[in-house]
Amino acid sequence: MDGLNIPLSHILLVSSLLFAVGMLGLMMRRNIIFILMSLEVMLNSTALAFVAAGAHWGQPDGQIVFMLILSVAAAEVAVGLGLVLQIQRRFKSLDMDNANRMQG
Amino acid sequence: MLEISLFYIAATVALVATILAMTRANAIHALIYLIVSLLAVAVIFFLIGAPFAAALEIVIYAGAIMVLFVFVIMMLNLGEEGDAREKQWLSPAVWAGPTLLAVILFAELLYIISSVEGPVSTAQVTAKQVGLTLFGPYVLAVEIASMLLLAGLVGSYHLGRRALDRNIDEADARALFTSNSNSESNAGRGEQ
Repeated sequence: MDGLNIPLSHILLVSSLLFAVGMLGLMMRRNIIFILMSLEVMLNSTALAFVAAGAHWGQPDGQIVFMLILSVAAAEVAVGLGLVLQIQRRFKSLDMDNANRMQG
Repeated sequence: MLEISLFYIAATVALVATILAMTRANAIHALIYLIVSLLAVAVIFFLIGAPFAAALEIVIYAGAIMVLFVFVIMMLNLGEEGDAREKQWLSPAVWAGPTLLAVILFAELLYIISSVEGPVSTAQVTAKQVGLTLFGPYVLAVEIASMLLLAGLVGSYHLGRRALDRNIDEADARALFTSNSNSESNAGRGEQ
């Protein structure tokens, strides 16, 4: 992979495009499974920005932050999908607008 | 030159796959597009000299996390009427406003990014360097990540366990109760 000169701004451009698409999905979907998928896309795009910045300075710190983002995404998805099961059981629907009230 | 074109191809694949994933009505189809997008991002990681991150991306993101999604979608058993409802929710009136807002934010990001200069370093950051840094200066972050994962484990176990228990109660409570009481009385006799 020697002699590879990808401009950092292009990778950040890809990363921000992925982030914008993920945020668009987050805003326009009402199904909670698609909302969780959009969150995954957004976390992944920020991870791409971190790894690209780490590669820009030749430091391993970017990949370490990538691993932390990975563990955050794994924990978030585990709890989120548990909530999906609860919402499907309680409202018989995955529409987030049904779940706009907390019990209390 | 070939590697640079590889980067642009992978970036295009990632973007197209993500856009397709966000606009599908069927959750499983969206998930497969999302896996393609994650694999394309892994290719980008490999090209910018982060092979360890690329391997983690494939193993954990495209492997473990996406399999979790597949299992939950299979458990929910959405079916055809779910697709019809999703298509109804995806009308232009619904996505026009969010698209406008997302485009505005993206334009701002583009303006900020345009001031960044310089290429990405060609040298690889090897797994050895990452490991030495992870368990050296960043060892506290490893502890925090492990506590976060433990919290996620306990939380998802709690949520999922209650869902399964209640489902059994609602579905065939009577049959289970009779079979349980029979087996318990049998066990009681066995102990005596």
